Amino acid sequence: MIALLIRDLRLAMRAGGGFGLGLAFFLIVVVLVPFGVGPQSTLLSSIAPGILWLGALLACLLSLDRIFALDWEDGSLDLLATAPLPMEAIVTIKALAHWLTTGLPLVLAAPVFGLLLSLPEAGYKPLILSLFLGTPALSVIGTFGAALTVGLKRGGLLLSLLVLPLYVPTLIFGAEMARRGAAGLDVTTPLLMLAGITCGTIALLPFASAAVLRVNLR
Amino acid sequence: MPMGIKVSDLTIARGGIKVLEGLSFQLAAGQALVLRGPNGVGKTTLLRTIAGLQPPVSGRIESAVDTLVYAGHADGIKATLTVSENLKFWAQVFGNADISAALEAFELTPLSNRPAGALSAGQKRRLGLARLLVTGRDVWILDEPTVSLDVQAVEMFAAAIREHLRQGGSALIATHINLGLDEARILDVGPYRAKALEIDDFDGAFL
Amino acid sequence: MNLNALWEYANPKKFISTTDRVLPWVSVLSVTALAAGLIWGFFFTPEDYRQGSTVKIIYIHVPSALMAINAWLMMLVTSLIWIVRRHHVSALAARAAAPVGMVMTVIALLTGAIWGQPMWGTWWAWDPRLTSFLILFLFYLGYIALWEAIENDDTAADLTSILCLVGSVFALLSRYAVNFWNQGLHQGASMSLDKEEHVADVFYYPLLVSIAGFVLLFIALVLLRTRTEIRARRMRALLARERMG
Repeated sequence: MIALLIRDLRLAMRAGGGFGLGLAFFLIVVVLVPFGVGPQSTLLSSIAPGILWLGALLACLLSLDRIFALDWEDGSLDLLATAPLPMEAIVTIKALAHWLTTGLPLVLAAPVFGLLLSLPEAGYKPLILSLFLGTPALSVIGTFGAALTVGLKRGGLLLSLLVLPLYVPTLIFGAEMARRGAAGLDVTTPLLMLAGITCGTIALLPFASAAVLRVNLR
Repeated sequence: MPMGIKVSDLTIARGGIKVLEGLSFQLAAGQALVLRGPNGVGKTTLLRTIAGLQPPVSGRIESAVDTLVYAGHADGIKATLTVSENLKFWAQVFGNADISAALEAFELTPLSNRPAGALSAGQKRRLGLARLLVTGRDVWILDEPTVSLDVQAVEMFAAAIREHLRQGGSALIATHINLGLDEARILDVGPYRAKALEIDDFDGAFL
Repeated sequence: MNLNALWEYANPKKFISTTDRVLPWVSVLSVTALAAGLIWGFFFTPEDYRQGSTVKIIYIHVPSALMAINAWLMMLVTSLIWIVRRHHVSALAARAAAPVGMVMTVIALLTGAIWGQPMWGTWWAWDPRLTSFLILFLFYLGYIALWEAIENDDTAADLTSILCLVGSVFALLSRYAVNFWNQGLHQGASMSLDKEEHVADVFYYPLLVSIAGFVLLFIALVLLRTRTEIRARRMRALLARERMG
């Protein structure tokens, strides 16, 4: 299992666009927002938590179809499925690799982007914490979507259509937590809900992803 | 549990349509079985079913746990990894570590630090076949293993199979060319082609 | 009743022959109930003292909203039946129900907007109920798109069933998340077993009739569409057989 994780991380680094692309996309979203809504820092600081969450979500979405598509095309997925790894482990590792290459860099870069959007000082800790707790759920849910659409030509658009509604609860609680944090309010409730969603998806969704992947491979 | 595979009265389907039915054969340790039959008759489907990638419609496939390894049309090679990284990954997945013997057997040692993307089609195929050696599995299930191999490489492959059989392994191979394996039995799956459904069966299912 | 006998109807042939007899009755009943409920509701109920005549849109709004949710529940049940017992009719019924449910969702949203404009002074507000319905609409959209995208029928049935299960959990989660996210304008439940809570009797009885009409309409449409799906499926099977020679 470790071998699979290391391979995926190595592939992401060598192929380029693994670590960098999502981050660059995130940056572009953050840079474009002030052009769209105007440069007043009061306005920006009030929408900053939401924009940062949306940007992270979209950046995450962008790289989802790569989770299985490449392995599907070159036949690795067939070979992995017949290897002595349970399918549930394969999808979990894939989600973990996706999070390490997309989610984690976003979490780490978020403070810098918060600066660009004049996020209030009190907002940094809740924002980073909410992204740190929420992005794993985004990766796991996205892996499910990627497993659903793996065999399809032009699966990319369908993938977004399937995954985005599933992202709603995570986005709501994550952005709510960041927003309350920025406003200096208590964040306990959204924090617990967000953590609950993440734990729940990590615990249960791999079974659905594995089932779906088996169907797609046969 | 006997080594090898025992298939009894197997019926398989592709895309919901039966392709082969009533197929039975046995493959013991040290034996090789070559599947023959026209294109589209269902050889690939048969191999994928035996490898466990899809469920059979009916019938039984018996084999010991964790003894099969499957190699399909695509080799599962990552272009950005080197030859030895590719092999090492599969060795680790199957719980082994040593890849030098596999590299040697398919004359890949001089290429071992080359990115796999820079290999020719035949060299890639050799890498894909070398993967079989690092898995340490007994029963090889091979789908057209000799595509894009030159004469010399085919001999290399035949030698690898012979060595594998000598060590008590077995191989189930779908191929059209003559591998020069005199000890291999040949099974033509053409006669097992599934007959079209009786119209009565059909009405029960869908009317 | 013998439960095993119920599974008989999962046989496509049996399903077609049974619905041949049932469908006309359901259709006639649904049209009757719809006409009765709507005419009664529109013309023979008093105007609300606050809302005026706009209240009468309730006879379309509430039943369609109910059916939008019930259609998804029905898809959930039929998906489970497909996963557990692999009855093709069940998977096809789920497929047939989805567009009907989606249209019900759209009707609920549209009538809600038309009703909301004079009442709240806005066509749309990010109220929890409205938002939930919009999300439900997205779920329908994804589900239908997945069915359409996959060529192999059994694969499509498997994948959409699992999507329906996972989607149900997330739809429910979204409902609570949205409630938490924004307190709304929307009034409390129009329908409730608790007599104190729901709307006054003069509005209530025609509403019940209208709901019955919508339920029957839904059943009629799903039966009809399932028959179509079964026939389409049989045609594909016959064509495949022909190709095989």
